Amino acid sequence: MSVDIAFIGDTLVQLLHALPITLLLFAASVAVGTLLALLVVWLRVCDVAALRHLARGYIFLFRGSPLLIQMFLLYYGLSQFPEVRQSPFWPVLREPLSCAVIALALCTAGYMAEIFRGGLLAVPPQQIEAGRAAGMSGWLLARRIIIPIALRSCLPAYSTEIILMMKATSLASLVTVYEVSGVAQRIIAETYRTLEVFLCAALIYLVLNFLIVRALAWLERRLSPRHPVLACPTTKKYALSVPRG
Amino acid sequence: MAARAAAWAGRSLTRLEVGLQVIDLIGFGAKGWGGVLLLAALMTVLVTLAAMAVGAVLGALVAAAKLHPNALLRVLGEGYTTVFRGIPELLVIYLFFYGGSALVSSVGGLFGAEGFISMPAFLVGALAVGVVSGAYQAEVYRGAFQAVSRSELEAAKAIGMPLMLRFRRIIAPQILRFALPGIGGVWQISLKDSALISVTGLVELMRASRVAAASTGQFVLFFMTGCALYLVLTGISNLVLSRAELRVGRTFRRS
Amino acid sequence: MNNKNTRFAACSLMMLLASFSLYTHAKEWDSLQIATEGVYEPWNRTLPDGSFDGFEPEMAKVLCERMKTRCTIVAQDWDGLIPGLKAGKFDVVMDALAISAERRKVIDFSRPYTKAPATFIALQSSGIDLGSGTLHLRGTPELDTPAVDDLRKRLKGKLIGIVSGTVYSKFIREQFGQVATIREYKTPPEPLMDLKNGRVDVVFEDLGFLSGELQRGADSALVLVGPAINGPIWGEGEAFGIRPGEPELKAKLDAAIDSLIADGTISELSRKWFKHDFTPPSK
Repeated sequence: MSVDIAFIGDTLVQLLHALPITLLLFAASVAVGTLLALLVVWLRVCDVAALRHLARGYIFLFRGSPLLIQMFLLYYGLSQFPEVRQSPFWPVLREPLSCAVIALALCTAGYMAEIFRGGLLAVPPQQIEAGRAAGMSGWLLARRIIIPIALRSCLPAYSTEIILMMKATSLASLVTVYEVSGVAQRIIAETYRTLEVFLCAALIYLVLNFLIVRALAWLERRLSPRHPVLACPTTKKYALSVPRG
Repeated sequence: MAARAAAWAGRSLTRLEVGLQVIDLIGFGAKGWGGVLLLAALMTVLVTLAAMAVGAVLGALVAAAKLHPNALLRVLGEGYTTVFRGIPELLVIYLFFYGGSALVSSVGGLFGAEGFISMPAFLVGALAVGVVSGAYQAEVYRGAFQAVSRSELEAAKAIGMPLMLRFRRIIAPQILRFALPGIGGVWQISLKDSALISVTGLVELMRASRVAAASTGQFVLFFMTGCALYLVLTGISNLVLSRAELRVGRTFRRS
Repeated sequence: MNNKNTRFAACSLMMLLASFSLYTHAKEWDSLQIATEGVYEPWNRTLPDGSFDGFEPEMAKVLCERMKTRCTIVAQDWDGLIPGLKAGKFDVVMDALAISAERRKVIDFSRPYTKAPATFIALQSSGIDLGSGTLHLRGTPELDTPAVDDLRKRLKGKLIGIVSGTVYSKFIREQFGQVATIREYKTPPEPLMDLKNGRVDVVFEDLGFLSGELQRGADSALVLVGPAINGPIWGEGEAFGIRPGEPELKAKLDAAIDSLIADGTISELSRKWFKHDFTPPSK
């Protein structure tokens, strides 16, 4: 198999031009998704039963269906309704890039909400009792005891989800967003040189993946306590555990 | 008053008509796409099962490699999981689809096969999703193996249990118990990755929804129906896996 | 774990071997696998029971009768038609595949069975005017670029929707990429959907597809705009795609297509599905 360096170089350049779009999709969807997930998990553990069920329904919907169908529903499905086209949301939904970000964010919020809930569940009840005994309540209890422990517990699963988001951005190519996978597919459709193009695209994604994993590992080290944590060890990885509603 | 009632009746009738049209489209009549969608859902389940089987084999091999004392095997295993958990599934499916058939044909040619060996879309899709699920399953098996209690193994060695018996009585059941939640998660992931196989032409649920939507122009209806069918599949999987977890964890005390 | 895995390995290996089907191509070609998209109405479309309908499946039925061949039609997404053909998944590609120089490098073609012009379509309410009449383009950039100058001026700043990987997308990108924003889609119904939503201003496709859309459109919000572009720029026309190195198949297909054109079947089918006659001009 002859290796065409010029072609590979040219392909790499074309793919790198699409890299900023991939990064934008990734960063925006992670940011919006995290915020949305915080809202959903707050609904999930609040006192009102109806809101809890609403959150459960949201999580089931977005974890149970493929991202692809969600993206198509949002991009093509919503735009069929004249009410949507006249609404103030239309400028955002009209653009493929922002529409893709919304679809990605909605999907990841479902997964992240479950991850955050797992983190909350991992807070040992003894610590909460101790906090209450010391006189803490409400927001102070949350800020000093619950949130730090929950965050540390769910960080591995959250990192996994972030890496999955990186890969999910490739689906935006199916709604006319010119990110790396989309450009790669177009080059293949025109030149029929499958292997070289995919090696280039795979290389770019692997480098990105490596950088993100490194960054998250550094964050985990920064956030882990100096002395061993007394929380009960879990054998489940939350991102992969069977969803129980 | 009467005019308002008449207007309301008119609107209800139109809604009823639209409702009947919808049932017509997703039903099983001559114009109904219901049969196609259900068959496609079945295909989705079948291809995911095949992918999980491929992934189980690959995952077990790679997990064994990662736990091996030999450094080279560990590096290879690590490389496999890093690559196939780091590349988007869409790219893997494209690679197998565009490149795979030609590769198999040329390999078949070496064995003297006449003409072209056609790789069915099912196989391409199952292999692609299987290879990716293998990377995830490797991690699950590795974690499950490491969770087996060392003291139990030592005790078994101490009373003279041979390796195969140790494996059959102690290691395997415990790995099954620890891995089941993780494998359940990988099943869910693979079920959704199977939607990407639509690019290979296999008539699974995603492709059936797209074709129905394109043929009738009713994008929302058919995408929502497809989505609902996926939710049904996921829901049933949840139930089955929860039951299985309870059954497998039956003899273990809740710690 | 080993037991479970040995069983899995054995099962998957058996599945692998069992699913390899060897198509030993008899030189007589008594059976043929034809691939089409199924979402390119009225060239080809999928019916609720999974069978195919449209200009091309009907033509294929008559063709196969003339060739005394058993034909099966399968569906494949646009991107995968040529790769699937090369990999041997099917024998013939039938999806309004225009003969182009780039495609000739990788596959072979039968003689063309239609020659359709291409044009723009837009929302009536948008008031876009791209001129009219017909435009004959040669396919060489030096001659074509000045010929589409007027079009280029009118398309400045607009959003054009096209299907990626077609001869039309190449033309649009080369000629109007600088002045307009191009959106590329994977399947033909998608740019039309976005046209109706207002995400793109115009869509460029062949006249058969667009007139089919106009016939079906209940709300007739769409209207053809601009000149009908034809000529050597789209090659000799639309033809069957076949693998290189199969002269018997090509001869059989060519003979059958010739007979269909000679007795007017192509003309009749073309008028039935497209309301225009796309019979290719005799060489």
